[in-house]
Amino acid sequence: MRVNITVNGILYQREIPCDTMLLDFVRQCGFMSVKRGCDTGNCGLCTVWVEDVPVLSCSYPAARADGKRVTTLEGVQEEAESLGRCMARQGAEQCGYCSPGFIMAVLAMARELDNPTDEEIAHYLEGNLCRCTGYASQMRAIRAWMKERRGEGEP
Amino acid sequence: MYRIENYVFPSSLEEACRLLNGDLRGSAVLGGGCWLRLGRRHLRNAVDISRLGLDGIEEKEGWLELGAGVTLRRLETDLAVTGRFGGILGRSVSSIVGVQFRNMVTVGGTVYARLGFSDLITTLLSLDARVVFYRAGEMGLGEYLASNGCPGDILTAVRIPDDGRQAAYESLRRSRTDFPVLAVAVSRLGEDWRVSVGARPFVAARAERAEACLSRGGGADQAGELAAQELRFGSNLRAGEDYRRKLAAVLVRRAAQTLERGGEGCEG
Repeated sequence: MRVNITVNGILYQREIPCDTMLLDFVRQCGFMSVKRGCDTGNCGLCTVWVEDVPVLSCSYPAARADGKRVTTLEGVQEEAESLGRCMARQGAEQCGYCSPGFIMAVLAMARELDNPTDEEIAHYLEGNLCRCTGYASQMRAIRAWMKERRGEGEP
Repeated sequence: MYRIENYVFPSSLEEACRLLNGDLRGSAVLGGGCWLRLGRRHLRNAVDISRLGLDGIEEKEGWLELGAGVTLRRLETDLAVTGRFGGILGRSVSSIVGVQFRNMVTVGGTVYARLGFSDLITTLLSLDARVVFYRAGEMGLGEYLASNGCPGDILTAVRIPDDGRQAAYESLRRSRTDFPVLAVAVSRLGEDWRVSVGARPFVAARAERAEACLSRGGGADQAGELAAQELRFGSNLRAGEDYRRKLAAVLVRRAAQTLERGGEGCEG
């Protein structure tokens, strides 16, 4: 089937098998930040946004994204960089494999929740698994980044 | 993972039903698609109904109507939902995997599949919800759960009486975002009580003796014991039958006590 999907502002018109998942589609388009983790909709590594809503690209049919706007980490580089800097400072990215999906989820959260509490942050990110950090450093990084966004911290 | 030969966006429910019934064994409706995707079905037709405008949340003449395409995440964020029934709909789904997953999974896909582990079905059953099918029309959720299903038909909406009923939810999970070991929803409208127990691991069912006990003022302790006695429980990799039975008594008691105190967020 033929689909027209806009990824990070660029229109991709492709002929794809009907059971192609969005994860494979965006990677075939060259957006390699999107990672395959559990491939069962549990780990959050493959998080992308469809029309600004975070979804799991491993379980989202590419066909359903026909005519829609998809954003990967490559499409939000500036924001991702500032959050990534806070993560590096706090030791919140170790092997780094979960970082793209994690960053996409945090950026989505920042758009959705105004000044969230630690409990709200932890709850929002429950769908993003990390096997290195134990999450404490990630929480520190998010707090620092949010402070920075509010103009309260060091850039 | 499933295989799909043809991916179709029907332009109407009539067309969707026609496609389904033209090849009942080889076709499936895609709701969120997350559960279906984990199976190994070979679908000649995947019928995607996400563009049929079934994603509305409406307040209609004494009913709250959830379109089949409403995502679980919207149950947590839409004020028309969170402001009703003590916010139980949003709370009961909030431990299902993560936000991204709940942005995909739909009310219709969950209810139609009659999944035993469903938190949402457990909750809806305690709220006297009704289900609306395109061809078969409207029926009680309990009636649907007890039936052989509606193959070839499409669930279009779930309707909940907007009667001011308060509800409380309890579940136990081995880890935060896992399937529930057991799920319990209890609701109350004056002295009219409902007790629903799901993930037994069978699909949710009402505990009518426990309801009668609460209605006559028998108390939460006794209602919990009755629910544990009257329902059928089973074993799977998450828990054994005996454990679930004991757990049911505790969770029903806790949920009923919450409502006796006046609902979620109220201190005794």
